[in-house]
Amino acid sequence: MQYLLMIYGNEAAMQSAGKAEVEQMLAAYGAYSEAMRTSGVIRGGERLRPSSTATTVRVADGKTKVLNGPYAETKEQLGGYFLIDVPDLDAALSWAARCPGASHGVIEVRPIWPM
Amino acid sequence: MAREGGEPARETAETVARRSYGKLVAFLAARTRDVAAAEDALSDAFAAALADWPARGVPRNPEAWLAAVARRKSIDAARKRRSGEDAAGHLRLIAEELAASAGDRAVPDDRLALMFACAHPAIDPGIRAPLILQTILGFDAATIASAFLVAPAAMSQRLVRAKSKIRQAGIPFRVPERADLGERLDAVLAAIYAAFAEGWSDPAGTETRRRNLAEEGIWLGRLAASLLPQEPEALGLLALMLHAEARRGARRNQAGDYVPLAEQDPALWDARMIEEAEALLFRASALGMIGRYQLEAAVQSAHVVRRRAGRADWAAIERLYDALSAMTGSPVVAINRAVAIAETRGPEAGLAAIEALAADARLADYQPYWAARAALLAQTGAVEAAERAYERAIGLEPDAAVRRFLQQRRRDLRGPLA
Repeated sequence: MQYLLMIYGNEAAMQSAGKAEVEQMLAAYGAYSEAMRTSGVIRGGERLRPSSTATTVRVADGKTKVLNGPYAETKEQLGGYFLIDVPDLDAALSWAARCPGASHGVIEVRPIWPM
Repeated sequence: MAREGGEPARETAETVARRSYGKLVAFLAARTRDVAAAEDALSDAFAAALADWPARGVPRNPEAWLAAVARRKSIDAARKRRSGEDAAGHLRLIAEELAASAGDRAVPDDRLALMFACAHPAIDPGIRAPLILQTILGFDAATIASAFLVAPAAMSQRLVRAKSKIRQAGIPFRVPERADLGERLDAVLAAIYAAFAEGWSDPAGTETRRRNLAEEGIWLGRLAASLLPQEPEALGLLALMLHAEARRGARRNQAGDYVPLAEQDPALWDARMIEEAEALLFRASALGMIGRYQLEAAVQSAHVVRRRAGRADWAAIERLYDALSAMTGSPVVAINRAVAIAETRGPEAGLAAIEALAADARLADYQPYWAARAALLAQTGAVEAAERAYERAIGLEPDAAVRRFLQQRRRDLRGPLA
């Protein structure tokens, strides 16, 4: 089954992190995605720019409305994702627990709806 | 289920239904994880058995017969399904299983795996016990709803949602690895205990459904203990439930009035259940890993000492509650500990221990706290404070018999017994 691991974290804390901390985190993500590649579970994954770069679009009555900012103004924002293919939820949960983001924020695990 | 059919065939079908229901659900849903479809197919298979067995005789292996028929029914159902879901993939899984289970070989017992799926951390804790009752024992939603005092429609909807979650989120039917077993087993045992406790909360046993739930809880506890004989907490939970159940008959007098543990007649306790509980606890302690259920069962065991010694072993009870308190931090345990202290060191010491809990907001609406406090105040002669505490306890108690008991205690404060 495919699962999307959505990495939510506190952006303010991320932006105020020191250089050494950021390097350490990037190295941890590097090792993590390498581990997922080695075991053959990864199907995709990217880091997102902060929510200050987000733009939301909505079409109502045929009119397109474009707004500056993310869909929801919450302290914890989506910062990246991984798409993985594993046998079951327990396997997905153990990959989520290994994600460096799980130690700072929270990982939402959602099964992909096959169409 | 249909009404027609010869009596012996019908009885066999019912026995198999009871003994094998969870086994068959676990077997049918193991790969597809589709519990609802397995239940539907199984109920078709039971109906088929009632039509077929009286005419052609009960098959040599009724379980395997039901499994094979249910399997065929679920293939038919999957073929008919034209939704966006992966019907082809579903059929492939079923075919794989059919090949794997060819012939009338014994149906494997995956009930434990099914219980772990039902008590998975991804399932809402409140629905775990109902889900286990439904999938392992085949209880319908209305029966479960009435036992858990929930509207049938709401219970039914929550059960459906939980089963969808198992299937759609891909919750595995598997006994977890050693490293994760502890925490996950706690959830399974907690669900079994919740089922038992729902039945236990009807002490008079007036509502058959709820009394049965206590029995079913014990049945599930026996199942878990037999499937996990090396897990001391599984044994401890069964011991705890048996100790509690052994006292059922003594909890009410002939007038239907509540009798507190301290005033129960030990001769009315079920000696066989107590002995079974003691043997289980002994086996558990030999495995060398203490836990909450073993400690709670040991407390019951120290109460039972009264059968021989005329008095409970309060020193042991205090020590056990100390250990439980350190382990759980539960205010409920702390109340019981205070009651034990009153027995070992006098009512003032007990009262001091319970006063220390007064700041805990969780206890403000907790009847046993006020009842225990009232009893200790009464023992120290603080009549007015005891009256106020009894008043709180009476106002919080849902059981009419216990309420009458508390009211009598309150009257006794100024009555001839005081």
